[in-house]
Amino acid sequence: MTDTMDLTGRKEAVETAIQGGRSLWDDARARLFRNKAAVVSMWVLGIIFFIAVLGPFFWVHDYRTISSNVELAPTFENLHLLGTDTQGRDSLARLMIGLRISLAVGLVATIVSLIIGVTWGAVAGFVGGRVDNIMMRFVDVLYAMPFIFFVILLLTVFGRNIILIFAAIGAVEWLTMSRIVRGQTLALKNMEFIEAARATGVPFFTIIRRHIIPNVVGPVAVYVTLTIPVVILAESFLSFLGLGVNEPLTSLGVLISDGAKEMQDKPWMLAAPALTMMVTLLCLNFIGDGLRDALDPKER
Amino acid sequence: MSAVQRIASRIPWAYTGRRLLIAIPTLLLIITVAFFMMRMAPGGPFDGERKLNAATEAALNAKFGLDKPLWQQYTDYLWGVMQLDFGPSMKTLGKSVNDLIADGLPISLAIGFLSITLAIIVGTAMGIFAGLRQNTAGDYSVMGFAMAGISIPTFVTGPVLILIFALTFSVFAVGGLGTYPNIGMSFHNMTLPVITLALPQIAIISRLMRASMIETMRSGHIRTARAKGLSERDVVLKHALPSAVLPLVSYVGPAMARVMTGSLVIERIFGLPGMGSYFVDGAINRDYTLVMGALIIYATLIVLFNLVADILYALLDPKVKYD
Repeated sequence: MTDTMDLTGRKEAVETAIQGGRSLWDDARARLFRNKAAVVSMWVLGIIFFIAVLGPFFWVHDYRTISSNVELAPTFENLHLLGTDTQGRDSLARLMIGLRISLAVGLVATIVSLIIGVTWGAVAGFVGGRVDNIMMRFVDVLYAMPFIFFVILLLTVFGRNIILIFAAIGAVEWLTMSRIVRGQTLALKNMEFIEAARATGVPFFTIIRRHIIPNVVGPVAVYVTLTIPVVILAESFLSFLGLGVNEPLTSLGVLISDGAKEMQDKPWMLAAPALTMMVTLLCLNFIGDGLRDALDPKER
Repeated sequence: MSAVQRIASRIPWAYTGRRLLIAIPTLLLIITVAFFMMRMAPGGPFDGERKLNAATEAALNAKFGLDKPLWQQYTDYLWGVMQLDFGPSMKTLGKSVNDLIADGLPISLAIGFLSITLAIIVGTAMGIFAGLRQNTAGDYSVMGFAMAGISIPTFVTGPVLILIFALTFSVFAVGGLGTYPNIGMSFHNMTLPVITLALPQIAIISRLMRASMIETMRSGHIRTARAKGLSERDVVLKHALPSAVLPLVSYVGPAMARVMTGSLVIERIFGLPGMGSYFVDGAINRDYTLVMGALIIYATLIVLFNLVADILYALLDPKVKYD
């Protein structure tokens, strides 16, 4: 009985293979969608994203409106569902704006690091030789820099500035990216299809763009999903030290740091932003893990 | 060959030498960038709430050499650093940066060292446990814990631990280094900061260890060991563990650096007067010399930890060859 089932299963597999239906990417996607934690995380993250982007437009309270109802507990009165902060501003409205800022920092800084890291690594790996040596030594030197300190210096010296935070964090995170991409490129560049491209006279940057980069997308995608939470953490780290975004804007880090001061009497002021951040980071990490397992199944 | 000679012969001396040589331009770059960044910024160390009168300001500037041309300040500073003299603090009167570092560094190093040790022990144990029970309830609960450890920032765990263990149950100190006459680092006031700092590292190490353990247990030499009829205990402890632990070694160097920088926040939460607090306060108050001193110490530590990790790796893994 089981044998026949096995056989029919195998027959189907052979048939789809003959029709050429399943590429490596299809396989990876199927594996990703079989991972329950990753799928649930994608839904939750989607909802979180939706709330962060659209929520502030529809919520009855504005995150800047100060009132005399200071530090209210969560209540349905006036629809202060999460209470109010030390200046009487609606906590839910502030949470949504904070979430938006944190996600934005995570995304933008990761994109910055993605662009720099992929270009740097692909060029170094592909050109090779002395250029590669110099470029990667440069990465080595930067690796030894205590970057968080430089970011702190920058922020204290030039004033708090959200664009500076984006750029500074992005500029730190590209190093690992460039190493990953370089390793992949080194492995790829001696393969026949690259040689064929070169032999037919495809220009240098076209080879990198059309042949190298698509083939390093897998490991890079994994690293990107795992970088976003790191960046969100880095931003909140700065916020906690009092170097985050300026009032009245806020971020999850600022909210958590404010909440921590009041946690003994008003634990909800810490709980709401802390839980939001935890859930966001958990989802991103689960998706990253799921992607990694899907693209590189040998570790399962 | 004695054991010492055998170990010495496995240390990649040429590589170590070259890495130390690279460290010099790295540190020089850090010093230079930080130096000029601080000087170019608007505002100086003596712009306080009140404007100082011109004579006082000139005297202060002369005392700290701020009246000299910039390039001369720079070369003077470099000359001092080469003699391990980081100059006087510009804000803490009567103290040199060396004094402040001597006060703060032991605290930061103690927290960092204890945390990473705790993280390695607990993380490795949890990783082995989970790896040997892949896809069982035990594995899932350990990995769930690890996932939470990665996703919860230390400045959430810190206050929560304080709330539970210090404010509610009064088991440990809320923070600080105690009050007279019990000043100093003790079990009572170091436990919470060390645990808080260790938690994310425990999470990462256990995940690494689990993956590595799973891979090792599938490899050929484990099958051979089992085929020889060794007990499962010997298979795991004597054959799997030594090779499974290797990826960890290359992680611990950078992790040590991360723990050191992470202590910035820990020191803030628990009110500990370590290097991190000096650095942040110095940066906010424009205490040029203090910030530079702290930065150089941190950078040197990071370079050293990474180097030690690489050498350890070469010692442990006979396959690794540094050119």
